[in-house]
Amino acid sequence: MSTEVKPVDIGEYKYGFHYPDRSVYKTQKGLTEQVVHEISDHKEEPEWMREFRLKSLQAFWMKPMPNWGADLSELNFDEITYYAKPTDRQSRNWDDVPQEIKETYERLGIPEAEQKYLAGVGAQYDSEMVYHNIHKELEDKGVIFSDPETAVREHPELVKKFFGTVIPPSDNKFAALNSAVWSGGSFVYVPPGVKVDIPLQAYFRINSESFGQFERTLIIADRDSFVHYVEGCTAPVYATDSLHSAVVEIVALEGARVRYTTIQNWSSDVYNLVTKRGVAYDNATVEWVDGNLGSKRTMKYPSVWLMGDGAHGEILSIAFGGKGQEQDTGAKCVHTASNTSSVITSKSISKDGGTASYRGQIKVEPGLENVKSHVECDALILDPNSKSNTYPYMDIQSDDVSIEHEARVSKISAEQLFYLMSRGLDEAEASLMIVNGFLDPLVKELPMEYAVELNRLIELEMEGSVG
Amino acid sequence: MKLEIKDLKAQIDGTPILNGVDLTVEEGRIHALMGPNGSGKSTLANVLFGHPSYEVTGGEVLVDGQNILEMETHERAQLGLFLAFQYPVEVPGVTVGRFLKRASEIVRGEDQVKGAGFIKELRKNLEFMGMDQGFINRYLNDGFSGGEKKRMEILQMLTLKPRFAVLDETDSGLDIDALRIVANGLNRMRGPEFGAVVITHYQRILDYIKPDYVHIMYGGRIITSGGKELVETLEAQGYEWLRKEYGIELDEEEEAAYEHGSEAR
Repeated sequence: MSTEVKPVDIGEYKYGFHYPDRSVYKTQKGLTEQVVHEISDHKEEPEWMREFRLKSLQAFWMKPMPNWGADLSELNFDEITYYAKPTDRQSRNWDDVPQEIKETYERLGIPEAEQKYLAGVGAQYDSEMVYHNIHKELEDKGVIFSDPETAVREHPELVKKFFGTVIPPSDNKFAALNSAVWSGGSFVYVPPGVKVDIPLQAYFRINSESFGQFERTLIIADRDSFVHYVEGCTAPVYATDSLHSAVVEIVALEGARVRYTTIQNWSSDVYNLVTKRGVAYDNATVEWVDGNLGSKRTMKYPSVWLMGDGAHGEILSIAFGGKGQEQDTGAKCVHTASNTSSVITSKSISKDGGTASYRGQIKVEPGLENVKSHVECDALILDPNSKSNTYPYMDIQSDDVSIEHEARVSKISAEQLFYLMSRGLDEAEASLMIVNGFLDPLVKELPMEYAVELNRLIELEMEGSVG
Repeated sequence: MKLEIKDLKAQIDGTPILNGVDLTVEEGRIHALMGPNGSGKSTLANVLFGHPSYEVTGGEVLVDGQNILEMETHERAQLGLFLAFQYPVEVPGVTVGRFLKRASEIVRGEDQVKGAGFIKELRKNLEFMGMDQGFINRYLNDGFSGGEKKRMEILQMLTLKPRFAVLDETDSGLDIDALRIVANGLNRMRGPEFGAVVITHYQRILDYIKPDYVHIMYGGRIITSGGKELVETLEAQGYEWLRKEYGIELDEEEEAAYEHGSEAR
């Protein structure tokens, strides 16, 4: 037996297929005011939204590229198509979805998952939601689950009140970009006291080449309500780069709880630069479960602003940095009220020369009492060519604060392999078992049905457990 | 089935540890392997299973006439060999149940460990080892006490049903109750189709496991072997006799341990 650890085979990317580009409308490559007008025209938007976009475009142009995080030097904004409309209509019935698009989702297993596990599904293909449906009884209770365009038309008062308030366009360059050219995404409103027991899911698929997908999601959980929203993403493998730059805003009002789960499995030519933030008011909870497996570069730091007494924020983050990949992910919690707590758990794996970095920030504003925060980052490095970095930032301006931070970096040890192999497992299976074990505490947090992609990728055998 | 160790030599980082070990274990027999610290007992155990840190420099190890030294560790396990580790390794995130099911599938065959029957068997084994049923869902050795880890090794042996087992100082650090349970585990395996080498520092485990043979290892060799009569001599005369007879030097700590071991009996 050699001491060298063989790479863990997580299989080929299974979602790299694509269908011919049959967009019914596409803007020209590159980003101009004209492009923004065209998008707004196509959506027949009210003037206030057009203004919002145009202002955001200015902010995008003004803002510098981030000079930290993942290497974005090869990202060329001029080579990207910012809007592609796949079909003229959105359906509530899969049979009405154009054949090839429907086939795409069938290959991804979405309609099947909808029948089995979901309260509602939205499916976005390039720039538009092509399918959106929600259980009738939730609709009857007043739950709104639509694309944001529909919400702008039908619920302008809610949209105006919250849209762009959690993440203003000027927040960062990519939030500004999204605000200028956003298209598709989800709008969720849960009325006071309503618990949506089974998750809503949105699935984002890029089909076109050199394309930018800029969905926009706004989730508003009214007092004492609950909702779990799950997001999945894949794209074809092309020789050129695509860009996915989403903005997700969550508002959890008093006593509400929102859980947002992402399994990001973009192909290896996608720049994934996403801004995600939730605000939690009195006794509200915002939880992010963020799985980053694919993409070429990811920069994503889901954050929670704890704005009300008793608010709680929780972020579970997992990143898998493989060949040619750089996962710069993490979390941020900002405590602006007393008696607030936050928990950040990050697990990263790097292999085949990939890089996985944890970048996190805990901020506690002055004059607060009884603030608690716990941060735990574990990194597993599978071979000597791969890298793991940890960048924890703390900005604590109150005294009555309890902060715990633990960081661990480990390699698969020869002793662990020897132990498992002495029980009959070959080296590859022993390595995989150690990797799966490393992730297990986090995977347990995922609803089993939605861990499908994670399961497939890392060959988790959750069904095989006994007891 | 026969396990034959012939003139086995091995080193670690260029330092020779085993200097020609000869030992034959037949099915149905329990051998005790004793000797002071640094005599090469644990090295022998590790070399038998192909630990990557050790380099074999001579000799052979035959299982039913087949040299296993070229085999990978997992292939040796699949032949029916089992090592109870002196320092069991923690594997966080892998539950005992899931791990043992998979390992059993591999070494016993998938048809042997189907469905509910296996879990029932595992539960019985836990009970036999005086372990809580909750261990099934705990991560393997993760946060276990020293004694729990040792019991877990024996539980694994009972579950994987090897043909040959090497117990590497499984009795170290155990109180008398735990020691009895561990010995009971080995005695349960005892039979015409099972052989074992019990590596130990202390004579007290010999009260519970009546070995068929005893070997004394010193300086990387087996310096003397015997049957029940050697066990009896050891029991009657203790370590003093070894020192007089073979000039074995022990460090103070070991001496104290041996004295203590004798008194505990």
